[in-house]
Amino acid sequence: MGPISMAKITVDGRTFEVDDSDNLLEALLGLGEDLPYFCWHPEMGSLGSCRQCAVVQYQNEDDERGRVVMSCMTPVTDGAIISVQGEKASDFRKSNIESVMLNHPHDCPVCEEGGECHLQDMTVMSGHKDRQYKYQKTTFNNQDLGPFIGHEMNRCITCYRCVRFYRDYSGGDDLAAFGSRGRVFFGRAEDGVLENEFAGNLVEMCPTGVFTDKTLSAHYTRKWDLQSAPAICTSCSLGCNITVSERYGEVRRVHNRYNSEVNGYFLCDRGRFGAGYVNSDDRIPYCGIRNANGVYEATPADDALSHLKTLLNDAKSVIGIGSPRSSLEANFALQTLVGEDNFYSGLSGSEAEIASLQLQVLNSDIKTPSLAEVEDCDAVLILGEDTTNHAPRLALSIRQAVRNEAIDLAKEARIPLWQDAAVRKLAQDARSPLFILTSSEDRLDGVGTGIRLSSEDIALAGINIANGIDGTVEGGADIQPIVEALTNASKPLIVTGSSSASPDVVSAAVKIATALTKRNAKTGLLICTDEANTLAAVKLTEKPFPATGADVAIILENDLSMRVAGSTLDDWLAQVTNLVVIDSLDNNVSSRSSVVLPAATFAEAEGTYINNEGRAQRSFGAFKPKGDIAPAWDWLLRICHGQDLLTDVKHIDDLLDAIASAHKDLAGAVDAAPNAAFRVHGQKISRMTHRSSGRTAIVADVTLHEPKQPEDNNSALSYSMEGTNQGAPGGMKAYTWAPGWNSNQSISKFQHEMSGSAGEGTRGVKLFTGSSVQLAATEISPDGNSNGIRIVPNWHIFGSDELSNRCEAIHSLAPSPYALLSPGTAGKLGVQAGDALKLAAGDAPSLAVMLDDSIAEGCVICPVLEETRAYLHLQAVGDRLLIKDESWTPPAGDENIISSDRSS
Amino acid sequence: MTDKPLTKNIKGDKPADLAAYEANGGYVAVRESIGKKSSSDLLDMVKDSNLRGRGGAGFPTGMKWSFVPMEKTEGHKYLVCNADEMEPGTFKDRVIMEKDPHQLIEGMILSAYTIDADIGYIFIRAEYHAAAKALHEAINAAKEKGYLGENILGTGYNFDLHVHSSAGRYICGEETALLNSLEGKRANPRAKPPFPQVSGLWGRPTIVNNVETLCNITHIVANGADWFKSLGLGEDSGTKLFGVSGRVKTPGCWELPMGTPIREILENHAGGMADGYELKGFLPGGASTDFLLPEHLDLAMDYDVIMKAGSRMGTGTMIIMDDKVCPVATVRNIIEFFARESCGFCTPCREGLPWIHKILDSIENGRGEPQDIDILNRQAGFLGAIGHTNCALAPGAIEPLASAMKYFGDEFNQHIEEKQCPYSAKNGAN
Repeated sequence: MGPISMAKITVDGRTFEVDDSDNLLEALLGLGEDLPYFCWHPEMGSLGSCRQCAVVQYQNEDDERGRVVMSCMTPVTDGAIISVQGEKASDFRKSNIESVMLNHPHDCPVCEEGGECHLQDMTVMSGHKDRQYKYQKTTFNNQDLGPFIGHEMNRCITCYRCVRFYRDYSGGDDLAAFGSRGRVFFGRAEDGVLENEFAGNLVEMCPTGVFTDKTLSAHYTRKWDLQSAPAICTSCSLGCNITVSERYGEVRRVHNRYNSEVNGYFLCDRGRFGAGYVNSDDRIPYCGIRNANGVYEATPADDALSHLKTLLNDAKSVIGIGSPRSSLEANFALQTLVGEDNFYSGLSGSEAEIASLQLQVLNSDIKTPSLAEVEDCDAVLILGEDTTNHAPRLALSIRQAVRNEAIDLAKEARIPLWQDAAVRKLAQDARSPLFILTSSEDRLDGVGTGIRLSSEDIALAGINIANGIDGTVEGGADIQPIVEALTNASKPLIVTGSSSASPDVVSAAVKIATALTKRNAKTGLLICTDEANTLAAVKLTEKPFPATGADVAIILENDLSMRVAGSTLDDWLAQVTNLVVIDSLDNNVSSRSSVVLPAATFAEAEGTYINNEGRAQRSFGAFKPKGDIAPAWDWLLRICHGQDLLTDVKHIDDLLDAIASAHKDLAGAVDAAPNAAFRVHGQKISRMTHRSSGRTAIVADVTLHEPKQPEDNNSALSYSMEGTNQGAPGGMKAYTWAPGWNSNQSISKFQHEMSGSAGEGTRGVKLFTGSSVQLAATEISPDGNSNGIRIVPNWHIFGSDELSNRCEAIHSLAPSPYALLSPGTAGKLGVQAGDALKLAAGDAPSLAVMLDDSIAEGCVICPVLEETRAYLHLQAVGDRLLIKDESWTPPAGDENIISSDRSS
Repeated sequence: MTDKPLTKNIKGDKPADLAAYEANGGYVAVRESIGKKSSSDLLDMVKDSNLRGRGGAGFPTGMKWSFVPMEKTEGHKYLVCNADEMEPGTFKDRVIMEKDPHQLIEGMILSAYTIDADIGYIFIRAEYHAAAKALHEAINAAKEKGYLGENILGTGYNFDLHVHSSAGRYICGEETALLNSLEGKRANPRAKPPFPQVSGLWGRPTIVNNVETLCNITHIVANGADWFKSLGLGEDSGTKLFGVSGRVKTPGCWELPMGTPIREILENHAGGMADGYELKGFLPGGASTDFLLPEHLDLAMDYDVIMKAGSRMGTGTMIIMDDKVCPVATVRNIIEFFARESCGFCTPCREGLPWIHKILDSIENGRGEPQDIDILNRQAGFLGAIGHTNCALAPGAIEPLASAMKYFGDEFNQHIEEKQCPYSAKNGAN
């Protein structure tokens, strides 16, 4: 971006300076004008179809008539004279909204969008109330679009936002505009699950209630009755900002929370629809101690804590196993409790290795870009990382990065970038280079060059590319285009990660980034790990898992069965006398523990998460959990107090201070959000809306006395409508609302510049700001196992993540275990389609064999699922076996084994 | 030199074949210009000729072409012939394409050469089967003779020409909707700027011209700009295919000088009103132009003259409304057509035209209410101005409505007051 040049415009007699690369709508919204719109979107630019943002533009001061123009389609020009509130402009908008509403069913009372409907807001804003249309309205059929999204086409106002987002922005092709004139239909060719992984954004993109959140509809609550908090999504390593909302002790929904540097306006469907596990029947509700009969008994918290105190006092050896999905605070408290030597990160071996490399990168001269910066990159190389399924939101950003070629062409042709359709028409299929080196088909193949190789060959190709960039070795014909694209780019980007569980692949990516950084300091390297807080865990310790047992082992929010394979875990558990588990959901480790403490989920607890770019972000809970359920860090703090540790630490802020003094490079985490003492004009920040209704009626069937609302001593937020929301800094807002703007579009009222950062407050704190240190070259010599067979983990956006997979809607789209391999590889293993392979002897899961010519030779693609995950992470190839399962019979019916097959 | 260049080859029922076309001076302009004259010479000639687009808008053709970037770049440039003749009452391009296809092809070769386009498309109305067949045959013959394809007449200039049959939507006649349709996308008009000259078909520089416009290029290049200008009687140059439909004695299509008075077209060529019918009003240039009255009969058919009278010359093909026809029913039918042909892209057109249609239908059927007239007036103002909508379809649709309400407003009121159509009361049926 060049320097911003400003233009003076006169709006209803007042003169302002605005950015002249904007259109008038953007400029006027930035000035705080209430100007209604539908089809324009801050991230997707203008279309000009809804005609709602009309203003009158005058040619000069003598022009008294003026001309109606669409502000979204009119560039800012110096000296422009505009009327927004004048009669001519407002009459046009009034007529237009009347037309928009002509066929709308006015079913607000039974519509999920009611109360946060952009169409309602804009109708009121445009001043339309009396209907004159007295004829029959247009009606449509609705479709079943799968478990996430409801469809009610009669409400449609034909703004084209859905198809623009779905097709143009996120690359989907199974949602389209059909028909013409007054009968344009937005849907699929036939009923079926929307295939795109970002389809859930339609819920927020649609300005009215055509596309609604089915998981909310299942236990619906109006927006004004929701209690919400600014939280961080925990379903991958990207740390997208979300608003999580609750009523009556249940999480009702997740909405996007704008962060200009991370997720912007969009989430993936796992993040949006995957929080339902909070309401799961599998929640651990009380503290428990296993009795003599081997059955858990509910135990009062104090009794459980004193039992633990005794255990710890008597123990000769104590081990703490941390968690890549728990908060930084909880991991630190556990480390403090057991001591540094006895603390393990609880990562799988390969993820620990990859995360250590990532830490080195963050502390080196190689730049780690944010998602916003990814979108600026003009050449991308993906090395063995399945972004769409492992770090989904990143795939959406890469889709925007390949458009940089289109943006360059538009700049050359002097087409403003907000002229979205014109920019796309001009560029057609022109794209910035994207190379995808993975072992199986990738969702991004359609916008780049997919190259299928085994992990070993990806690592080798990476080394060759690095050497090619260094000029030490001439790259082969297949490598040369990649080398040229990366060296010619002004902002090249390498994306890699732990999805293929291969540290060699990541090392190769680091090698490429090192070579490129020497030539171009703007080179970016983004490494994705498996979990939301992998970096925090590995920052505290590089030891993943203990070799021996102990008298007491405390496991913090970690289903080790997904990271440590069956026999190894069994052997270790046998050496542990007292297994203590702090977790929210019952799992394969808590079921074998002797003491359990009920942990709050992200929706009920505050905590700090460090995402894959080293950004510390604070997440807040929306509601106080039931009974004795408490944040894991709170349990650990109380246990520490029993051991005379951290005695000065009372609240999370004290804990963060303790972290800051113990770990200098984590000190920035303190500033990730304002502390509990923070007030806005003396007020706390309200989690409930000021219209929150019925609070007093919640327990009216029991008592007429309204109970006192819980207090929150750990954050500046209140469990109440008392306090302020609007005055809160952006990063602390529990929900977004402004007068006249009840929908999520109200975010624009807090931005001085559309899609800009102003008014946002904290966007998190980047902890590792890099250095001039060049990484030392590491030797990589990847080699396959003796028979040349390699298992490649295949992540699934729905099914591979531990917690979201406990939601019914997500789980319904998860695949059954399969092994995808080429006919040649199948021949080597002595199996054919219809057979099954076992990952190991004994209880290891069976995988249905499926053949696919496109799979790299020697690769066996296996889905990452609860039952398979631990086996796929194993490092030593010798530990893994692939043997024909002689006893296997294929499941009945013709259910699709891979969810992505559901469309084909 | 003929004074009827556009129709000089039109004789009998069959299309003029290549030999007949060449025998009458055909492809001389191509032989004498391609590789011999510079594209800027040709452009100057077109500019000097003062040729205005014959598709309806009357935009100066030379000026339109002058916006095409002429510096050599990689990639194609396109010339697209808009043969999607779907304006109700209009049938002039069809006459040329069916009877003299080589005239269009030669015009396109010369036009493409002028803007340095290497690929051409004739986007033809779906129902024009005979015209499409004639064009296909003519293109093949021209290719064989070296007038089309690679290295035309050994000059090194390449121009490929294709015929694309439309799927049949009126909106495809809007040049940018046509381009979207040609790309296989929804036929929604594009926002302008950018104009097709800069970013048109597949994002490349593109010129879209009407059939008759392109045919005129042949004759301008062959005979010169001054000759062309001398053909017009008034302000505008050249000849024009004028047409008349409705209850006249001899409806048809004739090539006449620009600026021919309406009365002459109606009385001398269309034979005057059919016996027993009187002229009540007429749409001078197709369904999307404003009504004019008998008092306007002495106006010259020139773009600006008709514009000053409050209408548009449009395609130059008149629809005559006689005294036995109900103006409300006429406008209802016209609006029904445009409501059906709206692409559904922008709100005022998509929602407004069906509403207007329903109101007119209820007025015509005796169910109108006095406030309906206010709604019609308000909607006419809302849809009727360029810029209120994304393209000119709705403003065009409003022209016959607004002018009918201006000239025949009493009859609208009469329908409402009498709760029936006075014409159907008189005639028993309408």
